[in-house]
Amino acid sequence: MSAVFLLQQCLIGLTNGGLIALVAIGYTMVYGVLRFINFAHGDLIMLGACAALTLVGPLGLAPTGTPPTAATWLRIAGLVLLCGLFCGGLNVAVDRLVYRPLRNAPALAPLVSAIGVSFIFMNIGLAWIGPADRGFPQVLPAANLLPGKGVQFGWKDLLVVAVVVPLIAAIMTLMRATRLGKALRAVVQDRTAAALVGIDIDRAVGTTFFLAGFLGGAASVVASLYTNTIGYQMGFQSGLYALTAAVLGGLGSIRGAVAGGLVVGLVRALSTAYAGERWAGAIVFALLIVVLVFRPEGLLGRRERERA
Amino acid sequence: MAAAGMLMVALGCRPADPGMVRIVSSLPRTGAAKQQTDSIVRGVRMAIDEVGGRVGSFRVEYLDLDDSTVAAGQWTSEAEAANARRALQDPDVVACIGPLNSGAAKVSIPILNFGDLLMVSPAATAVGLTKPGLGEPGEPAVYRPVGRINFVRVVPADDLQGPLSAEWARRRGMQKVYVLDDGQVYGKGIADLFAERCREIGIEVLGHDSIDARAHEFKSLMARVKSLDPDLVYFGGTVQSKGGQLAKDMFSAGIDAVLLVPDGCQSQTFIESAGAAMLEGRCFVTFGGLPPERLTGKGAAFVERYRREYGESPDGYAVYGYEAAGVVLRAIRDAATKDRRAITAAALAIRDYDGALGRWGFDDNGDTTLGALTVSVVREGRFEFAETITASDMADEPPAE
Repeated sequence: MSAVFLLQQCLIGLTNGGLIALVAIGYTMVYGVLRFINFAHGDLIMLGACAALTLVGPLGLAPTGTPPTAATWLRIAGLVLLCGLFCGGLNVAVDRLVYRPLRNAPALAPLVSAIGVSFIFMNIGLAWIGPADRGFPQVLPAANLLPGKGVQFGWKDLLVVAVVVPLIAAIMTLMRATRLGKALRAVVQDRTAAALVGIDIDRAVGTTFFLAGFLGGAASVVASLYTNTIGYQMGFQSGLYALTAAVLGGLGSIRGAVAGGLVVGLVRALSTAYAGERWAGAIVFALLIVVLVFRPEGLLGRRERERA
Repeated sequence: MAAAGMLMVALGCRPADPGMVRIVSSLPRTGAAKQQTDSIVRGVRMAIDEVGGRVGSFRVEYLDLDDSTVAAGQWTSEAEAANARRALQDPDVVACIGPLNSGAAKVSIPILNFGDLLMVSPAATAVGLTKPGLGEPGEPAVYRPVGRINFVRVVPADDLQGPLSAEWARRRGMQKVYVLDDGQVYGKGIADLFAERCREIGIEVLGHDSIDARAHEFKSLMARVKSLDPDLVYFGGTVQSKGGQLAKDMFSAGIDAVLLVPDGCQSQTFIESAGAAMLEGRCFVTFGGLPPERLTGKGAAFVERYRREYGESPDGYAVYGYEAAGVVLRAIRDAATKDRRAITAAALAIRDYDGALGRWGFDDNGDTTLGALTVSVVREGRFEFAETITASDMADEPPAE
């Protein structure tokens, strides 16, 4: 098939990949500080989408069919902020109530608790929006922004880029260039040593949960506006691909999560286009296995040193 | 004595109540099919109410079982098998209405077959469940370990719906179609039948893919479909297997083909999840039988009573729930005993039933003799009757070029 077709698939893949990356950062950050996989993260994003559906009307966002105005963008920004705060806050609350009491328990305890939290979230989502998939208002029109009839790049794709790129840039800057980021990185490297130099571990972990939740909440808004459907089961799929991306990129590495997300998105789109939709999942996981065989630490992860 | 009684209750061997028969239904009561199953259950209850909760010398009790789980959002094999075993072990249960999904029927028919327990499905349409030679090798004998039929359905099977849908496409002048399915028993079965008939009557099948029914969006797939420029996209699947999202992504991708979906998508939930504006005038749905607003006689009376009682129009499936319960009650009355085998035989012997769907009967396989296919189109957020096709309209010969 033609170059235009290939370009179109790559665009779809990268856009989806950006969304996956935003969720993957949440997995990787929490893994970094606590060495455990937060299985509830996907369902947290589902709850973010429920919040977005509840707030979208009161914020004055409705389908118009016309190109978005400055006011529309401002309202979307407000929605991203509110849902980000909601998910961030919820994530902190869960850490405080569930994971923190288990901080010194065997590693399996928080893991199993996370699975439990995931089910609780799912039931909250079910009570909140009901059992059926719900349509999310088409706030942004489907019109193509590129000239010609070949490659489609619409307002929704633009929205993904406009939210995902600055957020990723912000989180990377925060981790690299601020005092808080330095403290978080220190906790990632060695929790005990970080505590010894006076870093408040509980606060650092709480902050990490907040940031992970905030990015997840933002991702949930963008995903809702992008696919225009939400359902109480969407967390599983969001979580699965994002976790795959985080592992592919190297758990613990934010840059790895971003790279992993983009790779997973691209591979999914290209597999769908050239091998058929039903093979897409299998190909993504085959790639994951191949990468892990040759680079167990992931694409950009650091090999963990044995501790004495 | 009391201890023995308690033991019997604990082991699930309650003594049967000679004055009462229990009818169970096993349907997905959570997930995207909830709206459909709500209407089926209401239909069942109305049929039982109409006879005053009594049939022959028996009081009728009804138990509404769920074969889905919240986590799965649709039917699961475990839940369907558990319901079947529960029905089998309860000596008062004489019939089971359900399941909704053909895949679930494959699980429960063989279990209930051991007890000759009558199953009447209002919705499971895969051909292999009843018709020899049309489904997988060995079907339907594999579902009948004791060698007798215990599964009947009041809804026409997919060997009517799939090929007649292709016929409809030919009449509308469609030349190139793209076929998608959800990879499940019902969806893939009907899509295969549709594609096969298309090839027979000279419609080009550009491609046939199974989708991942857990995926969030199908933009890549739709970009591929768009590049092939079909006149019609067929989706063999249900509202539970992402029919709504597929429709949304198809029209968002700028594909100006018509979308044709089978009865598994005939639900207001489908229109709501896809967005009414998206589907307006270009999404068609097929349905074995007649839509509620076209029913006459007893059917019209049912629709009228349903509206009065529940304050809304019935879903397309409601009348099938009502009819399934009617068949069960008739079989119990005809058999005039609590014997499961006699009741099943009485149901299979129904050749002339005057019900809400019209006058019909069961054939030797346990299939309905009704054979009309209704095509509806989405207009202003509702399914609007477009036309009816019957098996006699099917062209035997390919059209002359």
